[in-house]
Amino acid sequence: MSKMTVEVVTPERVVYSGQAEMVIARGVQGDLGILPNHMPMVTPLKTAPVQIKVEGDQTMRMAVSGGFMEVRGDKVTILAETAELPGDIDVERAKAAKERAEKRLAEKYPEIDFQRAERALQRALARLDVTK
Amino acid sequence: MAKGIREVRSKIKSTKNMRQITKAMKMVAAAKLRRNQEKAEAARPYADKIQEVIASIASGTSGSKHPMLQSRPVKKTGYIVITSDRGLAGGYNANMLRAVINKIAEKHKSKDEYGIFVIGRKGSDFFRKRNYPVLEEATGLPASPSFADIKKIASSAVAMFANEQIDELYLCYNKFHSAISQTPTVKQLLPLEAPESNNNRAMNYEYEPSSEEVLANLLPKYAETLVYSALLEAKASEEGSRMTAMGNATDNATDMINRYTLQYNRARQAAITQEISEIVAGANAQA
Repeated sequence: MSKMTVEVVTPERVVYSGQAEMVIARGVQGDLGILPNHMPMVTPLKTAPVQIKVEGDQTMRMAVSGGFMEVRGDKVTILAETAELPGDIDVERAKAAKERAEKRLAEKYPEIDFQRAERALQRALARLDVTK
Repeated sequence: MAKGIREVRSKIKSTKNMRQITKAMKMVAAAKLRRNQEKAEAARPYADKIQEVIASIASGTSGSKHPMLQSRPVKKTGYIVITSDRGLAGGYNANMLRAVINKIAEKHKSKDEYGIFVIGRKGSDFFRKRNYPVLEEATGLPASPSFADIKKIASSAVAMFANEQIDELYLCYNKFHSAISQTPTVKQLLPLEAPESNNNRAMNYEYEPSSEEVLANLLPKYAETLVYSALLEAKASEEGSRMTAMGNATDNATDMINRYTLQYNRARQAAITQEISEIVAGANAQA
């Protein structure tokens, strides 16, 4: 199967760079599966896990937030504010963050920042998802 | 005379201690400078890529009308001022703050016309003490800050521009030229100048959902990235400035130690000479 170059970059470092067969990400309009020779495309990504199929059954998953994806020829670049591999994630912290966010959303006080709590919840869910 | 000797000796000792400290600080600053330079290097791919995509959108869609790219009449100006948390960095903070207040004095007549976002304790103390309108501050940043450390202040500054609470935004930081040369810089951040596309073959991207929405999503990120890279540069400048200052301090301490040692030896010799002449005088008297 043909391959393409995949790069995941955050403001701090290059998280992943290598060859892969397929990238599955959640764009703002729905899930996208990118294979080699996809047409050039740019889309923002939702806070969600991104899967990179490196070879055969070998898949890498990472939690991405505040990101977007650029596809050009045989190169896929994901730029994100954070991108974490399962090894980098503190599961306990993510669980605590999830509970906190859920609690905030459940109490319907007008003074809480609803959007912020929702975003925190999404990030926590994405993190927990990739560590599963 | 003996008293003079003891005093000089304690002065030598304390100056030596001081030199040890300034020398260590210089070394630490050099190590941090290197780390910050590496960090600035690591941040470049992200900034370059985001700039490239924005340039290709801006050049592709004729006359992109995003508010962040358009200048409007200025009623209120925002300044993001990057200073350090700690002193002992030579003129680093003083030069930066002077450049900012000069700029403010030249552009504005009243305090309603501008607001300051300040990063670093030195700047925050300075502006608060003098009653400048500080809108937000971030202090206690680590020596090599991560993006998350300044995300909040950067995005709130950008959001204020988007909500038209401020109509332009300046970024004030020490530009890093080399370890011994840094210049205070005041640069316009918003409205953004659309980055020029450097490769002529514009890519025909497909934008999802649309080019306008992708642009609207990317521009705030781009502005935040610019703030982050300015911060990294400022941190490198800070360590460079501290390194130079501490290097000078070490040299001065060495000079002082040499001078005191000379003084000490002279005093010691004078005391010995006097003792000998006393002994000789005593022996002569006996004979």
